[in-house]
Amino acid sequence: MPKSLEELQAIAKRIRREIVEMTGAAKSGHPGGSLSAVEMVVELYFDYMRINPKDPKWPDRDRFILSKGHAAPVLYAAMAEAGYTPKDQLNTLRKLGSIYQGHPDVRFIPSLEASTGSLGQGVSLALGMGLAARLDGRPYRTYVMLGDGESQEGQVWEGAMAAAFHKVDNIVAIVDYNRIQLDGFVKDIMELEPLVAKWQSFGWHTIEIDGHDFIAIRRALEEAEATKGKPTAIVAHTVKGKGVSFMENNPKFHGTAPTAAEVAQALQELQ
Amino acid sequence: MAIKTKFELKAGPATREAFGRELVELGRENRDVVVCDADLSKSTMTTYFAKEFPDRFISCGIAESNMVAIGAGLAYAGKIPFVSSFSAFVVNKGFEQLRVTAAYPRVNLKVVGTHSGISIGEDGPSQMSVEETALACSLPGFVVLSPADEASTRSLVRQAAAHVGPVFIRTGRVKAPIIYNGDQKFEIGKAVEVIEGKDVTVIANGLLVAEAIKAAEALDAEGVSVRVLDMHTVKPLDREAIRRAAVETGAIVVAEEHLVDGGLGVRVAQSVAEQAPVPMEFVGIHDTYAESGQPDELLDKYGLVARDVIAAVRKVLARKK
Repeated sequence: MPKSLEELQAIAKRIRREIVEMTGAAKSGHPGGSLSAVEMVVELYFDYMRINPKDPKWPDRDRFILSKGHAAPVLYAAMAEAGYTPKDQLNTLRKLGSIYQGHPDVRFIPSLEASTGSLGQGVSLALGMGLAARLDGRPYRTYVMLGDGESQEGQVWEGAMAAAFHKVDNIVAIVDYNRIQLDGFVKDIMELEPLVAKWQSFGWHTIEIDGHDFIAIRRALEEAEATKGKPTAIVAHTVKGKGVSFMENNPKFHGTAPTAAEVAQALQELQ
Repeated sequence: MAIKTKFELKAGPATREAFGRELVELGRENRDVVVCDADLSKSTMTTYFAKEFPDRFISCGIAESNMVAIGAGLAYAGKIPFVSSFSAFVVNKGFEQLRVTAAYPRVNLKVVGTHSGISIGEDGPSQMSVEETALACSLPGFVVLSPADEASTRSLVRQAAAHVGPVFIRTGRVKAPIIYNGDQKFEIGKAVEVIEGKDVTVIANGLLVAEAIKAAEALDAEGVSVRVLDMHTVKPLDREAIRRAAVETGAIVVAEEHLVDGGLGVRVAQSVAEQAPVPMEFVGIHDTYAESGQPDELLDKYGLVARDVIAAVRKVLARKK
């Protein structure tokens, strides 16, 4: 369901508001890394991916795996906006009995492609799905979003090595490179640079973009789809907490929910 | 009561060999069966499948965590993936992935560990798997199987493929004595009464089923009637067979090639405690790692042969009121 740039921007703003509201209501969660991923998730769900929310198990649908599962609020807001799940329950996030679990859980939302939350596993899962698509002769593509901090996990690189070895060109890894992880700045916890060169050396086609630029995201997804014989990694430079002044580049909001007053201020900024 | 069948217990194929052969049969019947291996296919015997179905064999290199999660991805996409390596590696190195990518979402993943127990021999403890049944059983929703011989392995591998949900199958390296002929039926979750008996029950799985049979035959000569149950399914346990063993024979010995902590024995004991408490004894590896040696030497040294089953039976009978 391709959308105009203006429509995508409007959806992104609504989703930012939902992220702030639902983490505020939950009094816990991960707003920063949800806000940094908004444009990429919106571009995938509302423009690029071949999906049908009315037929969530359509065998040829494109798949999205949120390997950085703590950014569940952005995924939930997008899926609700797309019509997969009820929008009026978003504010039950993290509460007992809610379908909106702390991390994505297929037991509660069967239209999710995978349960995630323990970091490092998404590339391997995407590779399994990509191999299955190839074996079955199906056209679907699998997108996996991982965090920069998550890329410190060894399994990410086991998956990267295996995907290139098997020449799986129907999967795309998108790194939300917001440079902040729970304990602080990535460079102070465990430096990842040179990150693009790492993916290249593992045999992936790489594209470096501004992860908040819809046009750049779309072009990168098109370039990935046109790239044959190897998987593509999109290293997307982003701002943690993007769109809310006091959350931007602030490690505190990796894993801290906004207070009621902060929610009010954030919503004013996101008019 | 006399033993109805005399068991020859002739050396048969290793259970890993039976697994590898049955996998090929499954591959012929169902195109959705795919196999992942971590550079041990010539040892896990998935090499047979790889030769016949190279397109459906996914070489994962020496990276078991990745392999398990690739298998989960394949399962999410509708395949019936078998991921295989030595038990020590696929379960221990892949445990986090077994937990989060397989057990938690209950994907249809089949995990087959070979070279289980200490009977792998010369390679020593780093390759010996003595903890994996405890680990696998701790995962909610997992079915855990530990077959004893070729016929039971082939049947249970087939049933694992048909079962919807995650399954772990424990197989071994060494030749396994033939216990069953082609007529025996196996069912996940249902123990096989190998020998009838009324004085005491030995519940065993894997290689210890044959040792339990030898022990029962020796004790029968002394007038002790020993029931032998092959508890090939460690999870879910056959609670009814356990209850009947407790009520009808009044004493139970559990024998397994695994650490006593967290293995078949403690699981049976829990079931006995819940249903009909009776004296129990445990044959297994007691809080230690083994060493290099020949398989027979190791099983003898670490107390996993018929002699040890007999000793445990005598001990439990002395405690029986």
